[in-house]
Amino acid sequence: MLTTKVDKVETRRVSRATKDFRFMRESHARAFVLFVALLCVLFIAGCRRDMQDQPRYEAYEKSEFFADGLASRKPPPNTVPRGYLREDGQLYTGKNAAAGGAASGGNQRNAPNASASQNAANAASGGQQQQQGGAGGNSASGGAQASQSDPLNVDAFPFPVTMEVLVRGKERYNIFCSMCHGATGYGDGMVVRRGYKKPPSYHEDRLRQERVGHFFDVITNGWGSMPNYAPQIPVRDRWAIAAYIRALQASQQGTPTDVPADKRNQLEGGNAEHQGGGEGH
Amino acid sequence: MPQIFHRSANVISKASIVGGALLVAIVLLTIGALDRSSYNTGAWVDVEQPVQFSHKHHSGDDGIDCRYCHTSVEYSNSAGMPPTKTCMNCHSQIWADSPYLEPVRESYKTNKPIEWARVHDLPDFVYFNHSIHVNKGVGCSTCHGNVAEMPLVYQAVSLKMEWCLQCHRQPELYLRPKDQIYNTAWVAPPDQLEQGRRLKVENHVASKEQLTSCSTCHR
Repeated sequence: MLTTKVDKVETRRVSRATKDFRFMRESHARAFVLFVALLCVLFIAGCRRDMQDQPRYEAYEKSEFFADGLASRKPPPNTVPRGYLREDGQLYTGKNAAAGGAASGGNQRNAPNASASQNAANAASGGQQQQQGGAGGNSASGGAQASQSDPLNVDAFPFPVTMEVLVRGKERYNIFCSMCHGATGYGDGMVVRRGYKKPPSYHEDRLRQERVGHFFDVITNGWGSMPNYAPQIPVRDRWAIAAYIRALQASQQGTPTDVPADKRNQLEGGNAEHQGGGEGH
Repeated sequence: MPQIFHRSANVISKASIVGGALLVAIVLLTIGALDRSSYNTGAWVDVEQPVQFSHKHHSGDDGIDCRYCHTSVEYSNSAGMPPTKTCMNCHSQIWADSPYLEPVRESYKTNKPIEWARVHDLPDFVYFNHSIHVNKGVGCSTCHGNVAEMPLVYQAVSLKMEWCLQCHRQPELYLRPKDQIYNTAWVAPPDQLEQGRRLKVENHVASKEQLTSCSTCHR
């Protein structure tokens, strides 16, 4: 009891002492509170995301300014961006100069491609009709198209085909073509197994005889059920793919004598595998 | 003059020194944890998309290469979002009447792009270029995780600056051979350090000083 009394007295004294020696007067305290509040306001005001989200467009961002909502603008019609003048007609179209307007590339489209986009449009609108459309295209893609292949297609590559080009072509083929045409070109890719119309094998006689410009043309403009790949594959890569298709064709025509003598002893395993791949078709 | 402080103040003062330090530590750690949490970074959070597109199906099951759709990843800052036409390359015939793909067909018919929700959004004060990374030996999955196993894509890493710097300080821990860049299931081999050092020289990867210089990423 006694001790608590003493305690109380002491604390009273302490509080009086602090009151007396307080360095801050009432007005100072108010100023301090205001200052802290101001700091808080400044801090919150600083918490904007102006730096994170600057007033500029990122790729593919939506635009509130343009009517079509696209921040990525197309060049105005009838203009050629610097560096995009496609003077080398054979390189860009795969056609001989006699094609006249062919140098302008994209606008010149042949009939098979028109039917391809028709197919896509059918699918977009109908759906059920599409199966029949695909089947119709199927019958057309046989011998009939062989005669339709553009006679102006070039017969030679517009640049030398080196090993580098072939390696590039193989890589690009596996990215863009193998999905349908299969890794060896028999037309048995995964997408075909999922139900897409089976493309003809590269190892058909017709396609072995075909000029190289035809393959470039098909990649560029589409053919039958095949959509065009010009937006996905740059021009030189399309030629590289065409070169690799030639390599694939040659690979299925090889004889043991094509193999260098010093490597023939490795042949058996690889050859058996090869046959297995081919016989599936 | 009597004592101002009670005897117990000794203990309190000592405890308050430790306690104060602890408090500061706890507050700092909490801020750090909150800052790194997926609530703040957006990592591991599924993002709803207008079409139920599955990378697991297309890339994993079908084996379509990343670059079939993300065509500009080797040439440009942006990896490239495929136009609806790329979807229709296959879906003009496959699943052509699936109700799931109605937004895709609608987009193709009306020529209006599908508005995909952005999953990886770096702050605008960061300069980032896809092409330099993939061409120097940084694979997709180093930053994006194993997308071929993701039905719905989420951000697999924090994308915080400390995360970027992990690699910019020691790229040899992450570099992979050219033919493995687009293999999303790639795991570092046991001799990664050796291989990474070799790739760093072969691919002419810039020095640590250059890679960690402010203006490399903040231009």
